[in-house]
Amino acid sequence: MTAYDFLIAPFAEFAFMRRALVGTLALALGGAPVGVFLMLRRMSLTGDAMAHAILPGAAIGYLVSGLSLAAMTLGGFFAGLVVAVGAGLVARTTILKEDASLACFYLMSLALGVTIVSLNGSNVDLMRVLFGQVLALDDPTLLLIAAIATTSLAAMALIWRPLVLDSVDPAFLKSVSRAGGPVHVVFMALVVLNLVGGFHALGTLLAVGLMMLPAASARFLTLRLAPMVLLAIGLAILSGVAGLLISYHAGWPTAPAMILVAGTLYIAAMLLGPVDGLITRNIPRRHLEA
Amino acid sequence: MHAPKPGGDVIRLHDLTLGYDRHPAVHHLDGAIQLGALMAVVGPNGAGKSTLLKGIVGLLKPLSGQIELGALTPRDIAYLPQIADIDRSFPITVAEFVAMGCWRRAGLFGGVAKADRERVGAAIATLGLTGFEGRPIGTLSGGQMQRVLFARLMLQDARVILLDEPFTAIDARTTADLLAIVRRWHGERRTVIAVLHDFELVRESFPEALLLARQPVAWGATDAVLTTPNLDAARRMIERFDDHADICHRHVA
Repeated sequence: MTAYDFLIAPFAEFAFMRRALVGTLALALGGAPVGVFLMLRRMSLTGDAMAHAILPGAAIGYLVSGLSLAAMTLGGFFAGLVVAVGAGLVARTTILKEDASLACFYLMSLALGVTIVSLNGSNVDLMRVLFGQVLALDDPTLLLIAAIATTSLAAMALIWRPLVLDSVDPAFLKSVSRAGGPVHVVFMALVVLNLVGGFHALGTLLAVGLMMLPAASARFLTLRLAPMVLLAIGLAILSGVAGLLISYHAGWPTAPAMILVAGTLYIAAMLLGPVDGLITRNIPRRHLEA
Repeated sequence: MHAPKPGGDVIRLHDLTLGYDRHPAVHHLDGAIQLGALMAVVGPNGAGKSTLLKGIVGLLKPLSGQIELGALTPRDIAYLPQIADIDRSFPITVAEFVAMGCWRRAGLFGGVAKADRERVGAAIATLGLTGFEGRPIGTLSGGQMQRVLFARLMLQDARVILLDEPFTAIDARTTADLLAIVRRWHGERRTVIAVLHDFELVRESFPEALLLARQPVAWGATDAVLTTPNLDAARRMIERFDDHADICHRHVA
């Protein structure tokens, strides 16, 4: 098999592969920068929690108008936002910290979602949506994912400065500006938005993978923030494309293949990364003069 | 109880009580802080010193009484907390961190102009951090980080600067360098209020002092405040946080 057969032909021959490729690129562009900030803000598990939290919204959307893209997206976005804002409010105004209040809210949301799904019988269509269908992205879904990626990138550029300040030194930001609260809300909305975009392709549960794994890998590769974000995007794209190809050639389920590639890259970065990689760190080298 | 010099008040405290969950940490404080004052706040642990700064900067709402800022807005006040809640592992360089001090000019979206970058460089040089601009803040020692925080304070260009134990766990040379910055601020007619524990340092460098033991013990010229009877009195006012404290009925004057 030539390199062309392996790398290019699947996309050249099949429209569904090209669509999957475009969708994956958009997901990587939108999600990876958000993932980097989730990681740096010690909220890596927040994405996972939010992925569960959008379940009842998507389920209600499905029940109300069937397999409608708009209804499920809106439902999921709304449910995620309620959980994120509710948890944030409780964390900022009471003794509970963000992790605890988020756990409480997302567990309630998850239980509600499972209840709604169960009461209405297990439904193959619904399950397919919950676990993604990256090889069957239609035009509206592609447009939605692309729109979400565009919105997410633009919004991240706008809130970049206050978001960095709120992550490094929240007390300082509080003393010079009231932007801290709103910026956190906008950021959480972006997390939810990217997850909602991701669940159409990868499913609610795996949508977090393309967000967090490349971000965590990039941490081992550089000490600078902007390069870290670019590297995370690059790794996410690489994982997506490699996952598509593996799925095409070996017949693996697509979304897990992408996340497994991202996971392999993470392990490689964790071991060999120039910034504190486990093996790099332990290579015996003479210490410096100063 | 009033600070001595007349005229030019910037911050007035009226029967101010600050605290947590209705328990006062600063109890019935009256007085005024003058424009350009260089004032130390001293007292035992739990005396309410940090609480007072938090009240002035607006992080804590008074339980009763008032803080009048006059013509000042909260943006004119720069504040260095005692335990800075800074994520030292965040990938940000010294220069970027110091540049946060430009917030008042640049705000959320404004650009950081060439002049701002020059001021960042100048502040870094003044604090003796030249050569550290590109270093991540996670690689700095405690004293170097305190220099970085002072550089950011310089850039904030605030009229009132509140410092909560700025020299704790800082070596003598760094303390001297930072103290020089404080004197420079005083020379520029900025108002500096610092919580301190080193009485010798206060006597040497701070003309005015407030001795606090939840209630004000003495406030005025440092030599008149830091007397043995005053310090003994402050020590006797033990730290009490009585779960069953009665409601305070002290009359509002």
